[in-house]
Amino acid sequence: MMINFTSSSAKRLERMRTVQCEALCRMAADSSVLLGLVEEFVSGQVDSKSTETAAGVKAGQFTVLQLVEALGLSLTSSQPQTRARGVQLLSQVLLECFSSLSENEVEVLIAFYENRLKDHYVITPHVLQGFKALTKCSVLPPGSAVSILRSIFQDVHVQSLMLAERSCVYNILINLMESREQELKGLGADFVFGFVQSVDGERDPRNLLLAFQVARNIVNKGYDLGKFVEELFEVTSCYFPIDFSPPPNDPLGITHEDLVLCLRAVLTGTPRFSEFLLPLIIEKLDSDVQSAKVDSLQTLAACRQTYSHKEFAEFLPGLWSSIRREVFETASERVESAGLSALGTITSCLSRSVLDSDSEDALQVFLNLVLKDCQHHLCEPDLKLVWPSAKLLQAANGASYRASLIVTSAVIPALLEQYNNRTECAERRTLLEVIQGFVLPTPLSRPAEGEESVFVPFQQSLASVVFSALSESSVGLQVTATRVLAALGQQAGLFTSPDVEKAVDHLTRLSLEEEDSQLSLAVEECSGSLAHLHPKAFISRMIPRLKEEIFSDPATVSERLSQYNGAVRQRCVMVLASVSSQASVVTESAPVLLQVVASAHEGSSGFSVEEVISVCISLEKIAQHTRDTEEIGQFFNDIIIPRLFGLVLKAVLLSDRSPLTDEAVLSAIVPVISTACAGLKTELASHMASQAVNLFLNGDVSFLPENDFPSQIQLLQSHAESRGPSKLVCLLMACVCSFPRNVDIPEIDRLLVQLEELSCTSPHVFAYTFAAKCFAGLVNKRAAGKALDAVLERVLKRISVELENVSSTQRTQAFTLLLWVAKALLLRYHPLSTVLTDKLFALLSDPELGSKVADGFCVLMSDSPDVLNRNCHADVRIMYRQRFFAENSSKLVHGFNSEEQEKKSCYLKALSHIVNNLPRQVQLTELPALLPLLLEALSCPDQEVQLSTLSCLQPVLLDPPAALNNQLEALFTRLLALTTSPAMKVKIASIRCVHALSHLPEHMVLPFRARVLKALALPLDDIKRLVRKEAVSARAEWFLLGSPGGR
Amino acid sequence: MSGGTRLENANPLIFQRSGERHVAATDEDEDVADPFDDREIFDLIRTINDPEHPLSLEELNVVEQMRVIVNDQESAVSVEFTPTIPHCSMATLIGLSIKVKLLRSLPDRFKIDVHITPGTHASEDAVNKQLADKERVAAALENSQLLEVVNQCLSSRMM
Repeated sequence: MMINFTSSSAKRLERMRTVQCEALCRMAADSSVLLGLVEEFVSGQVDSKSTETAAGVKAGQFTVLQLVEALGLSLTSSQPQTRARGVQLLSQVLLECFSSLSENEVEVLIAFYENRLKDHYVITPHVLQGFKALTKCSVLPPGSAVSILRSIFQDVHVQSLMLAERSCVYNILINLMESREQELKGLGADFVFGFVQSVDGERDPRNLLLAFQVARNIVNKGYDLGKFVEELFEVTSCYFPIDFSPPPNDPLGITHEDLVLCLRAVLTGTPRFSEFLLPLIIEKLDSDVQSAKVDSLQTLAACRQTYSHKEFAEFLPGLWSSIRREVFETASERVESAGLSALGTITSCLSRSVLDSDSEDALQVFLNLVLKDCQHHLCEPDLKLVWPSAKLLQAANGASYRASLIVTSAVIPALLEQYNNRTECAERRTLLEVIQGFVLPTPLSRPAEGEESVFVPFQQSLASVVFSALSESSVGLQVTATRVLAALGQQAGLFTSPDVEKAVDHLTRLSLEEEDSQLSLAVEECSGSLAHLHPKAFISRMIPRLKEEIFSDPATVSERLSQYNGAVRQRCVMVLASVSSQASVVTESAPVLLQVVASAHEGSSGFSVEEVISVCISLEKIAQHTRDTEEIGQFFNDIIIPRLFGLVLKAVLLSDRSPLTDEAVLSAIVPVISTACAGLKTELASHMASQAVNLFLNGDVSFLPENDFPSQIQLLQSHAESRGPSKLVCLLMACVCSFPRNVDIPEIDRLLVQLEELSCTSPHVFAYTFAAKCFAGLVNKRAAGKALDAVLERVLKRISVELENVSSTQRTQAFTLLLWVAKALLLRYHPLSTVLTDKLFALLSDPELGSKVADGFCVLMSDSPDVLNRNCHADVRIMYRQRFFAENSSKLVHGFNSEEQEKKSCYLKALSHIVNNLPRQVQLTELPALLPLLLEALSCPDQEVQLSTLSCLQPVLLDPPAALNNQLEALFTRLLALTTSPAMKVKIASIRCVHALSHLPEHMVLPFRARVLKALALPLDDIKRLVRKEAVSARAEWFLLGSPGGR
Repeated sequence: MSGGTRLENANPLIFQRSGERHVAATDEDEDVADPFDDREIFDLIRTINDPEHPLSLEELNVVEQMRVIVNDQESAVSVEFTPTIPHCSMATLIGLSIKVKLLRSLPDRFKIDVHITPGTHASEDAVNKQLADKERVAAALENSQLLEVVNQCLSSRMM
């Protein structure tokens, strides 16, 4: 036993010894590895060894302490280069491993580095790197931030360091300010002084961005500036205004704008700089350099947040005279708008001052200055300075409520008096336009709760001026007056109800009597905005009057207004639509419009087809409100839609001559119904859906008013005679294809079968196209599944059979159905869509259908206005166009290349339709591949292809992709050849493209200048003025290219 | 424009701009020839920028449609312009700009005559003589500083 025991314990001892030995050996090995690395780095100058060492430290192979020990010899070497190399290794390792250091280690290292700063100058850069690593440590011991900075400020002259080391110092500051704000603040003004000293003289833009960041932190975070306010200002403001243009190719990625914004944040960051900044701005505003002026003014405007009236006080006269001079004399809009916003800033800062009893109100004093210099110019409405003066006053006026009280009380009475004294319309118009600028309050000057509008004192006189202007004969004056009226009407408490009534009367009169299109538009807008607030006045005064006018006997009207009767009706109809945004108005106005449709059907009052169409457009405009107002939806559901259906049905079934059977009218009714149905809430929509389906499938007319229809009506049967009821399928489409997707369409399968039949067999374009669209609209929204698959399989089979039968008379019908179903499936990314579009591609070479198919790609790629768009809640996936293009462009190119010469144009046409509808971003990326084909298309003799390609090229040329560079020669040759095309439109489009090319970088297009100028001289003498006009503007740009003062 | 230098005429009278020319139905018709008319020539020059103000020559009433005469058959254009003040030092420059604009915009066949409205400028004859002298106009355009100012008057404002 004993022996056994001893022997086993001896074995254990033995084993322990081996383990220890192995560990020792490994340590020895590790330390020799480390020594090797150090040796290679320091003496061998192998830079990559630092990463290996860092990796070793990270992996726990050796500690930082061991590294320092291993560095021992190099750090104590008598050669400064060797010592530097040693420190460099340590710093580089620390930069990678700073996060794993302990507080003790950091403390020791800091002490070491601080000491090294006093060593030879070649070591300093590496010490700074070390500090940078240590300042990123989260375990920085208390007090060390201060001590690091003290030693840097004391021992390093930052500006004699290299670029990277200076950047290192700024980074140390940024790191410490982030993590040790309280400690640094303890340094007091010394910190600011140290920073000022280290940054003084910096020139590199990268470092300046860092330095500005430090400075901004200093002023924003409340560091003690002590007596160094001026020094800190000096050391940053010496860069103002920034003059920097990035080197070519922009290797730094720093823009002029970056520097400007960064510096501006420093300079405007504290009110303590104001006594230095404001004189500096005044001085720089005298500069000849426009960008300096703009920068100065924008800097002034940026003081809005930090300054109060105290800062501005003593500089107000100087600032004002500089701003005034700039706005009065400049030719540049940028200077003007910067000046106006600077004035706004000053005014709003002054408005924040607290009034006290014994001193003057600073705002009042300043605005008196502004008023004194500007107001008298307002009395000279025909001279140039009236506008700059008005803009200055308006900028001050919009800065605060208090300011607007002061300005309006001085300016408005004077303007009103001027208006009444002047007699010329042009002058009155200018005055009224100036008034218009004062009338709308800005967000800053809007009256607060409990304050009343600043215009209340002038309410009477303003209203009377506006009304008198409305009765003038000058259109310009009337337009301005309408705008002022709309602006006044929107502010509470400015209009009494007699005023509103008077305004409504004026608007009614203007819509009945005035011809000018600009004025009509202004009247519509104004009526729309006022009717939203005062519906009653419009219901009682305007609508009856308009109704009377619409239905007045053309014979009596023609005596009064000769040929303008149609135009008057047209305007009345438009105004009716624009005032109808409230349910109470709609219930009055929409029936009037419906009555027009009814009497057009009956043939009374002599309404033309065009008039009925414009009524439909108005109804559509009103129908858009069903979306937001439920009562309006209810009204359309109960009254308007059934009445429209009833009227059209009656027209189609009973009378042959009714204008309602006209296809143009039917197409105009479609959007009315579709817009209304799209806005219905789910319950109403389901109800409407079942009514419509019942009507079309079963001939159930019970929901229609004036129910006197024949008992057996079949609306979805194909009829040989052209006025058959089959064209009503467009109304079915408008209705059932527009509901939200969660609305179930009853008996949808039967409906689809009948629609398919109609679209394949009807001989009439209108009927079979709408049947196909309706079919497609339903298929697009139908949930995926067996039912849908069955429908698609059936219809595809039928289409194939029809198309393959070359002698069939119904191939066009089959193609139309194919096109629309393809679109329906393409939009929702249905897997079958490729099958269908491939069929379309194959048809491009069909001798009979080819050209139609090419145009069909336009249908496929563009938004269709009446069906399959997002407004009718269709299932439209984003970027379906890109997807389609990506999948199919190669097929087109291939088809084009393998086709015979005569048939190529179909491919080009299809291609240009597709590219034309792609989003610009995609066009740009795809252009390189397509450019040769598009150039080919330009030389294709088909004018339609030329036009379509030009219209697709022109927007691309405004911002051309790099791929264009190699093709410029070919492009210019073809474009310039087209400028003498026999077709006017081609000439115009090609000249526009040539015009666009002048905006390309000068070095690319300058070689073509002489050639272009010579070629464009020909269209200058074209027989068509429109062509000459394009040629003149394109040639003017090309003359400026490469010429001094040009571009 | 420097802050220090004052404009000769800081607050000139402003006139209304005429709107864009209305496009008539015949303009769209390929088969109808549109002759050059006064309005077309006026449209070419009315948008030229004034060298001093952010305004067009039309707004300053320097050019007016009634002072533009064109004869398409005889290929002749005559334009009179009126400086805002009789001592305007910019008159030659404005005349040159109008001339250059017309040279660039009209077919070669036209003979272009630009002169000051009689009795509206102190050194009317001298300016007219300079503008009528082909060689002096050509020489002026060789001068890159002058060309720069002319081009600025002729470029569409972008600032």
